[in-house]
Amino acid sequence: MIDKQVGSAAAAVADIFDGATVMVGGFGEAGSPIELIHALIDRGVKNLTVVNNNTGSGHVGLAALIENKQVGKMICSFPRTANSTVFPDLYRAGEIELELVPQGTLAERIRAGGAGVPAFYTATSVGTPLAEGKELRNFEGRDYVLEHGLKADFALIKCERADRYGNLVYNKTARNFGPIMAMAAETTIAQTGLQLEVGAIDPEVIVTPGIFVDRIVTVTEPAQESRLVAAGRSYP
Amino acid sequence: MNKKSSSMNKKSSSKNEKSGTLNQKNGTVIGWNREQMARRAALDIPDGAYVNLGIGIPEKVAQYVPEGREVIYHTENGLLGMGIAPEPGQEDPELINAGKKAVTVIPGASFFHHADSFAMIRGQHIDICVLGAMQVSACGDLANWSTGAADAIPAVGGAMDLVAGVKTIFVITQHCTKNGDSKLVESCSYPLTGQAVVSRIYTDLAVLDVTPEGFRVLELAPGISMEYVRDRTEGNLIDGRLANVVGA
Repeated sequence: MIDKQVGSAAAAVADIFDGATVMVGGFGEAGSPIELIHALIDRGVKNLTVVNNNTGSGHVGLAALIENKQVGKMICSFPRTANSTVFPDLYRAGEIELELVPQGTLAERIRAGGAGVPAFYTATSVGTPLAEGKELRNFEGRDYVLEHGLKADFALIKCERADRYGNLVYNKTARNFGPIMAMAAETTIAQTGLQLEVGAIDPEVIVTPGIFVDRIVTVTEPAQESRLVAAGRSYP
Repeated sequence: MNKKSSSMNKKSSSKNEKSGTLNQKNGTVIGWNREQMARRAALDIPDGAYVNLGIGIPEKVAQYVPEGREVIYHTENGLLGMGIAPEPGQEDPELINAGKKAVTVIPGASFFHHADSFAMIRGQHIDICVLGAMQVSACGDLANWSTGAADAIPAVGGAMDLVAGVKTIFVITQHCTKNGDSKLVESCSYPLTGQAVVSRIYTDLAVLDVTPEGFRVLELAPGISMEYVRDRTEGNLIDGRLANVVGA
């Protein structure tokens, strides 16, 4: 019997190790798996490489993971956000590394990583500082830069509905990086608001097929990052 | 969506009305203000276009697209068919735009993941993108993501993908910086977002096309002369207004 359900967020992240590469879903707070991130803070592993579009806000979720000195390197497209001071302060102090990647290149690198494509050429960033040192090649009269696929040891993502096979459906623009990170990680852990019986989700509407998902944790009422930030909360 | 969306920008409109160019001789404001710049750019968005609007003045373009044109707005975090801002209290933290502000969806909207969203951009499916600028060069290079300052936190987002992939790039910007330096330059001094990507520029002083011969003025703001624009533009400036009329 296939049953990817795990009893708690703590159990779901229990094997994430020091030095792991962890993709964290979400665009700002939309789709951020905040309960899984907090479980990773409780676990205390260090020197993580984290892939996310941003670097979190306030002192909860991803920002709290960074503030807790568990992240050695961020791979992201936009490390500044409203209410974001944790990453900028550590970066200026030279205490965290940054690999800045154009947003579409980041998405495509993750997609390629999950699809077994080691590298690809793109016109994005040609002629800019972000293409320096990278291989250029001309196709049909236009220059393209070589970018490498991105894989991870773990992905932490958030969805709205799931079944025990790991089939996932997302909510609105919280979908963002979830489906591609699920493909690119060795172990994908999804938190879901709703756990449904197998067969209850119409196969036509499943966004992430269960083959890309390893563990499901049900969090029926996930915290809302912006509310925690507005209330001045911090984690732990 | 034109009428309703004006409420989205109500907060900032009073400030914007003042932000034309200050005439240093007599202290009056001349040229187009931000709302007028957005309105002028909106005239060039055709019926049926798929459009991505950058953060800032470009966002305002949506409210000025002429009645009768059906335009679909793309936001790169994963939504086609973006609608106006929700009523206060109706915000959904999982329904946001690329600026992380709450939005709504129009009937016929669709959601998709980030790689699909950027395939729309990088695969040249989006017709027009309207962006802000720090500098635009005479050959259409755009700098709009970094001043290159040593202590700045570098952040690029989707700007490089948009300029590399969208078919037509419009820029809306003040003609000069607050210090009076031209943003229309011979060659960008800031780090580039993309090379030879900008088609048309809407400033507070003029509408200009980027051409092989330089910046070609299509239209001047009321009360603005070619000389006035020339004094505030680095790089070659061509008067394209007559040709424009003849061609029409």
